Amino acid sequence: MNTSSDQIQKVVSLRASRARVWRAIADSSELGKWFQVEFEGPFRLGESIKGRSTHEDCKAAEIEASIEELEPELLFSFRWHPYEIDSGIDRSQAPSTLVEFRLEDEGEGTRLTITESGFDALPKDRRDESFQRNEGGWKQQVKNVTKHVDG
Amino acid sequence: MVSRFTAASIRSAAPLFSAMGDPTRLSLVVHLTTSGPESISSLSEGSNVSRQAITKHLRILGDAGLVRSSRHGREHIWQLDPSGLATARRYLDRIDAQWDAAISRLRGHVEDE
Repeated sequence: MNTSSDQIQKVVSLRASRARVWRAIADSSELGKWFQVEFEGPFRLGESIKGRSTHEDCKAAEIEASIEELEPELLFSFRWHPYEIDSGIDRSQAPSTLVEFRLEDEGEGTRLTITESGFDALPKDRRDESFQRNEGGWKQQVKNVTKHVDG
Repeated sequence: MVSRFTAASIRSAAPLFSAMGDPTRLSLVVHLTTSGPESISSLSEGSNVSRQAITKHLRILGDAGLVRSSRHGREHIWQLDPSGLATARRYLDRIDAQWDAAISRLRGHVEDE
C-alpha cells in the first residue's frame, strides 16, 4: 500500500483463520510453496537458513534468510539480501532488507500486513547512522493490492 | 518471488539505493526534484552542512547516476538525472509486482481449502 524509497508494504485480507495463515508463513515448506523457495529445514528464531529458488526464471539460485522474529500467529520476520548473490560479493557487507509478516484478526478471516524495508540501507558499518527514517523520498504510485484473484 | 535476483540490470539498482541511504543525500535528491537546477552555494544556503560536504555528497550522487552537473561560468550547476531515479523506481516496481504475485499464490494456498 505504502511504498516509498525505503519500503514496500502490502495489506491483504484473507478468508482463512489466523492459525491457517500462520502455518502458511512460518512453516518453511508451506512458505516455500507460494514464495517459490525450497528451504533446507524449519525456521528457527535467531538462525539463518538457506534455500533455493524454484522460480522458473532462476531455478536453483541460492538465498539465505536469517529469522529475526517468530511470535506464533502474530509476527514473523526475516532478513535477506534483495540485490544479488554473486559469488564475488561479500554477503555480510551487502545491503539486506527486512521482511515482516504481521497477522491480525479481521472478521472471520485474517488481515496480513507484509512489509519489506531497508532498500536505502548502506553496508553494515554505516547502517546505524543511515537507518534513520527520512521524510520525503519519492513516492511511487500506490497500487491496489487487495485484488482478489479468486473473485 | 526471488526472480528479482536474476536480471543484471537489477544489480545496478544497489548503488542507487546506497547513495540515497544517507539522510543528507536523500534530502538533496528530494530538494533537486522540486527546485530544478541549482548551484552549490544555493544548495548549501540555510543548511548546516558545509559547501565541501554538499559537494562530496553531490559527487556520490553523481557517481550513482542520480544527479549531474554542468559548468556555468565559475559555478557548477547541479540537477537531477531522471534516468537514475527511473532505474530505482523500476526496481521497486518489479519487487512490488513480485509481492503481488506471491500474495496471489498465498491466497490460493490458504483460501482454497
